[in-house]
Amino acid sequence: MSKEEIKFGRSKGFFETFERRPGPIKKNMHYCPGCGHGILHKLVAEALVDLEMQDKMIFISPVGCSVFAYYYFDCGGISVPHGRAPAVATGLLRANPDSYVISYQGDGDLGAIGLNNFLQAANRGENLTVCFVNNAIYGMTSGQMAPTTLIGHKTATSPYGRTVTNEGFPLKVAEMVAALESPVYVERVALTSTKNIRSARRALRKGLTNMKEKKGFSLIEFLSGCPINLKKSAEATDEWIEEEMIPYFPLGCLKDIADERDKIIRPIPIFDKEKVTKALLESAGNIKFGDKQTKLRKDLRIKCAGFGGQGVLSLGMMIAAMGQSRNINVSWLPSYGPEMRGGTANCSVVMSNDIIGTPIVIETNILITMNQPSMDKFLPDLATKGILLYDSTSIKPPKTKSRVYAVEATRIALDIGNIKCANSVIMGAFAACLKGFELENYEGAFEEAIKTTFRKKPQLIDMNILAFRKGKDSVKTVNV
Amino acid sequence: MNSEKKLLLKGNEATIYGALLAGCECFFGYPITPASEIAHTAAELFPKLNRTFLQAESEIAAINMVLGASASGRRTITASSGLGISLKQEGISYIATCELPAVIIDITRAGPGLGNIGPEQSDYNQVVKGGGHGSYKCIVLAPNSAQEMCDFTMLAFDLADKYRTPVYVMADGVIGQMIESITLPAPMGRKPIPEWAIAATDASRRNFITSIYLGHDELEAVNIKLQEKYAEIEKIEQRCDSYRTDDAELVIVGYGIISRLLHSAVDLLRKEGYKIGMLRPITLFPFPKTEFKKLALSTDSFLCVEMSNGQLIDDIKLTIECSKPVHLYTRMGGNVPSMDEITNKCREILA
Ligand SMILES: Cc1ncc(C[n+]2csc(CCOP(=O)(O)OP(=O)(O)O)c2C)c(N)n1
Ligand code: SF4
Ligand SMILES: [Mg+2]
Repeated sequence: MSKEEIKFGRSKGFFETFERRPGPIKKNMHYCPGCGHGILHKLVAEALVDLEMQDKMIFISPVGCSVFAYYYFDCGGISVPHGRAPAVATGLLRANPDSYVISYQGDGDLGAIGLNNFLQAANRGENLTVCFVNNAIYGMTSGQMAPTTLIGHKTATSPYGRTVTNEGFPLKVAEMVAALESPVYVERVALTSTKNIRSARRALRKGLTNMKEKKGFSLIEFLSGCPINLKKSAEATDEWIEEEMIPYFPLGCLKDIADERDKIIRPIPIFDKEKVTKALLESAGNIKFGDKQTKLRKDLRIKCAGFGGQGVLSLGMMIAAMGQSRNINVSWLPSYGPEMRGGTANCSVVMSNDIIGTPIVIETNILITMNQPSMDKFLPDLATKGILLYDSTSIKPPKTKSRVYAVEATRIALDIGNIKCANSVIMGAFAACLKGFELENYEGAFEEAIKTTFRKKPQLIDMNILAFRKGKDSVKTVNV
Repeated sequence: MNSEKKLLLKGNEATIYGALLAGCECFFGYPITPASEIAHTAAELFPKLNRTFLQAESEIAAINMVLGASASGRRTITASSGLGISLKQEGISYIATCELPAVIIDITRAGPGLGNIGPEQSDYNQVVKGGGHGSYKCIVLAPNSAQEMCDFTMLAFDLADKYRTPVYVMADGVIGQMIESITLPAPMGRKPIPEWAIAATDASRRNFITSIYLGHDELEAVNIKLQEKYAEIEKIEQRCDSYRTDDAELVIVGYGIISRLLHSAVDLLRKEGYKIGMLRPITLFPFPKTEFKKLALSTDSFLCVEMSNGQLIDDIKLTIECSKPVHLYTRMGGNVPSMDEITNKCREILA
């Protein structure tokens, strides 16, 4: 046997006195005599010291009898909501990959309310050690049934005994986790006889070592006694675990592949101010500006509408980007959500030299429609002196007193070879409509806008600029 | 004008720009419309700067990841909407009690129940009044433009750190979905790890974070300390915009997208000769009580316009102790009140 086992006095993994514990008792833990938590705490405290993990260790106290574990361990501590320890651990570990974290959880905490958080953390392979204390009961809340309560066992909430038909079979957590790809180590041990405790000690240290070596997720399930709720003596509790629990929850290592796994290495966050700004500018697409602001005679309130998939939203985006590049204030607002899928889509674009009030456009002075239903829907809201531009491939000439422009956008796009650039054809037509009306060098501005809009798909830029130019040349005035 | 750094951004995207500029290290979230672009943008940009983006398994997981990351002393953020915020409430109560900083973005959608993804402001009560169990509150900032989505997210981090408390940036779906041009603020650089953090260092080894206090007196003391902090926040952090309120006989009140409508409505009605002004709360907690109390002395009445069933109006009435009539105009279900609806209601009151 190794030397560490023959220790006298309290392990240095514990505080000398438990000052955090309220009340007069500062030397003892709050656990009942014979409680598995007390035994496991000792194993943990010793391991922290022996493995030199104390400085970087954060011990998560769950909701359950071990809620006050932070009274005892001389390492970082946090108490967390019921069942959420693995999620909190994930936050701790991702924010600070240097830390070591023990997620210490009961069967209610891990197997019931927190099962999803636990399984997901296991499946993500967090660099975490989970100590799962399976005492087949809710200890803290005085003896209700746990997911691991055995068939026939009477508890406060299974007073006639757990049945297969009402509650199903007890949950085999270790087996479930061993079936996942990500975890590196899964073992079930028992905190009963000296032999079993020795094996528990070894398993715990193995899990912690995996974490120290950044190998990922380890689960150790500890079959553990709750004499108080079993209403048995400590010895009788151990017997009960060995005779009743172990046959259903067999001990042993279910998975150990830490050696095959690479270290989990997380990159060091970048805070360099220039690099941060650069990353953001690159992603947003930084439009080049002249310093001059184009003066509009009045605010443009534009509605672009069509079928979802026709690109009316990006059409609106391109128009907004064009306005932006002329230093005009712009806003763009989509009709968002499921209606965009298959159904009609529309967006509102506002351009103004002043602060934009509402970005929602109801009354329009420019309406662009790419299908008949949106023509029917939005034409009544077009101002009498407004401009209407539509895709005449499929839409009937409307009756209106507004200025009307038509372009066979869909046909031209098909001729170019991609129906998806119909919106750029419309852009070209729109540029032609505005010629001499509002904007100087509209062409340059629009082409810049196309480049910006497609910055993440550069292979589409040339085609869309071609579509834009064709649209500009093909637009027809309908009834000026 | 620094034209170099002007960007066209969606309100939702702008929050992540703000977060990264503020030195935020971790994003944890679960997708939900109309907040999803926040996660999309975070997923793209956090890894580019070697920071953490993780799609959590649920809103409950996300807020608890925030709890963990924040406990380690790093700036951290999550985002959701309506029903997702409901799921986060237990965690937020813990964060508030543990006195941890955190930033939560809520892009409110229409409820109750699954509701729809249209814009509403019906998270007001669950966000502004604490929302979870226990006597806590969160600071709530209500932006009304893409620029403010960025700026207020940055401000939220500073307030969260200053007061060690969760801070919401709460916007409606319109503000989240709208694209506008913004001027990119300067990055803040990395914030030092606070001394209370459980930072996995020998110096922080004896730190611990908890929200359980068995003694009744002990827990009452914790509560009192929190209330003192909220009183301090009320004293220092009230923010609002008053527009043409000096001689106003009617003051119209609204936040988020509503405030943009109200601004235009005031201009329009002023042209018609009505003495009308707007008060836009920017902080919802702390509620801009000082300004409301001041205006209650000069104006004849208030009109509260909100996209919820009369949640904001309660705070107005309580603040002015019902000393002046407070009218209400609401739309729900994803509808935004139109200019006509608002101006007609104003004319009716002023008739
Ligand atoms: C959200 C929530 N629900 C319920 C509780 C009440 N509660 C506290 S501990 C507990 C069960 C703990 O059982 P287990 O995880 O097995 O731990 P043990 O006490 O047996 O070690 C419950 C239901 C709570 N604190 N929080
Ligand atoms: S109730 Fe059970 S689990 Fe809780 S301390 Fe007592 S013996 Fe241990
Ligand atoms: Mg238990």
